[in-house]
Amino acid sequence: MEYDPASESAPDISGRGRSRGFSALRYKFENLFKSRDLYLGLFGIIAFVGTWHLLTGVLTLPRFEKLPNPVAVLTEFTSRHPVFGTSIYAPQYYLHILWSVWRIIEAFFLATLLGVPIGLFMGWKKVFKDYTFPILEMLRPIPVLAWVPLAILMWPGREAPIIFLAFLASFFATILNTLLGVESIDESYFRAARCLGSRPRHIFFRVVIPGALPFIFTGLQIGMGVAWFSLVAAEMLSGEYGLGYLVWDSYVLIQYPVIIIAMVTMGVTGFLFSLLIRMVGNALMRWTVREAT
Amino acid sequence: MTDKSSTKKFAGTNSAAPSGDGRIEISNVTKIYDPGGVNVCAVSDCSFDIEAGEFCVVVGPSGCGKTTLLNAIAGFHSISDGEIRLDGDVLCSATKMAEPGADRMVVFQNGALFPWCTVLKNVMYGPSVQGRMTSHQARAAALDILRELGLSEIGDAYPNEISSGMRRRVEIARALINDPKALLLDEPFRALDALTKGVAQEFLLQAYDRMKKTVFFITHDLEEALFLGTKVVIMTTRPCRVRKMITVDLPRPRTYKVRSSKRYLELKREVFDAVHEEALKAFKAGERELA
Repeated sequence: MEYDPASESAPDISGRGRSRGFSALRYKFENLFKSRDLYLGLFGIIAFVGTWHLLTGVLTLPRFEKLPNPVAVLTEFTSRHPVFGTSIYAPQYYLHILWSVWRIIEAFFLATLLGVPIGLFMGWKKVFKDYTFPILEMLRPIPVLAWVPLAILMWPGREAPIIFLAFLASFFATILNTLLGVESIDESYFRAARCLGSRPRHIFFRVVIPGALPFIFTGLQIGMGVAWFSLVAAEMLSGEYGLGYLVWDSYVLIQYPVIIIAMVTMGVTGFLFSLLIRMVGNALMRWTVREAT
Repeated sequence: MTDKSSTKKFAGTNSAAPSGDGRIEISNVTKIYDPGGVNVCAVSDCSFDIEAGEFCVVVGPSGCGKTTLLNAIAGFHSISDGEIRLDGDVLCSATKMAEPGADRMVVFQNGALFPWCTVLKNVMYGPSVQGRMTSHQARAAALDILRELGLSEIGDAYPNEISSGMRRRVEIARALINDPKALLLDEPFRALDALTKGVAQEFLLQAYDRMKKTVFFITHDLEEALFLGTKVVIMTTRPCRVRKMITVDLPRPRTYKVRSSKRYLELKREVFDAVHEEALKAFKAGERELA
């Protein structure tokens, strides 16, 4: 009997693609309520808030007496006529969020637009890396806050220094991760590409970029995190709007519940941005998305 | 839907692809590595020819320099002395390093399908970057070769969604679509389990019987060498040199049943005798290095 590869049945993977992605999501969602993880997580949050309330509202221990208790925070947050002017009904609150978000978007896009190409090029051309890597490694460890005076001297107005500081932190993280991403690509992919007749530009666009994508997106996530960090610090120093400004202003004006509201808002907004980056990453890197089983 | 002229023949063969006889002459090749000032002679004065369309299997103890030879032909490494010719043209010599090109396709030990491309895109890669086909033609040719090799069902899958045996087949298809003069395989089935390996070997034989390309196949599996090869070149332990050449006169097309034929067993004995001695030498050399 002669072997005939055509007669051999190929694995059934007909349910691939968009529909599988969707069904996997539904599967995950349906199982969320069956699994213990959700309830354990909820229990953790409740325990945390409960302890907080116990410390600040019930026992009022000396260390915690000045902290706002969760009931006060929630009351303020959901009030139509907030005592300190910050609640879900106050336009001011959204203005602060919008300012911060807008600054983050500017800083983050600038960092990505500059950082990713520089990182890719450093990984691709050794000469370029030899020139730039020492400078990068010298500047990168400098804490962003040390840049504050220079940022103010260098850039005019109030907005530019803030954006510059947020940009700077994100920029270094993005470059470094992109560079690592290119260097992580297995040599055999380059060899295979050359063997198949690639020109340098093919190698750049068809091997270097897709090969580095997983690391690039890790870098973007880290970059987004540090951009938030620097932004809040910069807004505390100078600013008229923004969540960082809100935290500091509330402290100065003794509006303590607002501090907590602003902090939680930062957490949620940061998380949403991170989620967005992850979703874009998954959409661009279909090959790394595994089936949920 | 597709261009008829390109779907009719076997994928890619009707284009202006590099095509020729594919005779490889390896003459007096020496390769000396120089890691940290210590000269290591990986290949020493090694000569043998591979006829056009011949399935040549090179066996030898691990670390003996087989891969060095393959990398020199592929254009990944230079050689220190000697010459390698392809169809009479000097491919590489002491002063010249070969450029990797689509006339010598390599199938790598650990596989090098681009994980970010679907199977179809992987197979289309060669023709489309070489600019010898429009993407439409490349797609048609790729679909064609996948169908020919029984892989058409998995065109839209990503490499990590298919089995390792399937990945090897796709990689062979990706090489063959370029209509190379020679196919260079560096222990391509090493990581496969015994059963998958058998199927993958039969797949390669099937492809070889259709295409009749020159094949340079490296392995240290003697059974694999006999089952696949027309000529088996047995290398000595480092420095790598030809110890013995055996012509495998088993009829083609071969199936797994060949493995139990009388002639196969005779050849097997001959090869094992030759290799066993080398393996012992390599083993003792290893002991000396450690002592």
